[in-house]
Amino acid sequence: MKRRTFLKGTVTGGMLGIAASAGLLMPKMVLAAWPKSAFDATKIDGALNGLYNSASHSKSGDIKIKAPDIAENGAVVPITVSTGMKASSIAVLIKENPSPLACSYELGGNTAGFISCRVKMGKTSDLIAVVKSGGKLHSTTRKIKVTIGGCGG
Amino acid sequence: MAKKKIRIRAKMKDGVAEVKALMSHAMETGLRKNKKTGKKIPAHFIQDVTCTHKGNNVLVASWGPAISKNPYLSFKFKGAAKGDAVKISWSDNKGGKASAEAKIG
Repeated sequence: MKRRTFLKGTVTGGMLGIAASAGLLMPKMVLAAWPKSAFDATKIDGALNGLYNSASHSKSGDIKIKAPDIAENGAVVPITVSTGMKASSIAVLIKENPSPLACSYELGGNTAGFISCRVKMGKTSDLIAVVKSGGKLHSTTRKIKVTIGGCGG
Repeated sequence: MAKKKIRIRAKMKDGVAEVKALMSHAMETGLRKNKKTGKKIPAHFIQDVTCTHKGNNVLVASWGPAISKNPYLSFKFKGAAKGDAVKISWSDNKGGKASAEAKIG
């Protein structure tokens, strides 16, 4: 276990160094390290704290989640999160997954509040889209039913 | 020819560049068990995805194993024109990397 954690640490740290020197990272936006604590969190609040140092979010009618009501295959659930707000960050959390945080996106100044991706859902669950705009966290929730779970457990 | 690791489609639509990318990756959660040995297949998933345009980071994604296998990603941004290049790079938790570039059509 120790060795694995050590290796994980080296790989992530080393990679950032190599990537930076290779010019892969353009410093217009500060590239933070992969938010391990957020992805390891087993509850929504823990994940949000790990990402944004805050777990308080208010419901917003300006965030839309496009997703199937019933996902036939929990391993591939296509979702689209869109918002009219000027968003600096979008995160997708799946409440009933072993680790709720699925993904988070840092948006550039010219990037629209629009993200489309495919996620795994272990079982029927609330899917929460969190948008950071104006320094505050806004969210909207959508329940998605899953017939065959996708975490592989 | 080797299988492309990242396929990118970028198009101008109503003054906005719409980018769609499809990446080849197992995205193993680390929870699946090898049916024969009973041992868990170790987690192997893309952690960071960076999309750049003219030297600017348009999108920086942090992914966990809950992203589906062979990830699909789509996003939109302003300030681009037809013919501009968009570059997408990813790195995974085992040090694997890939990147590809496409012109906005």
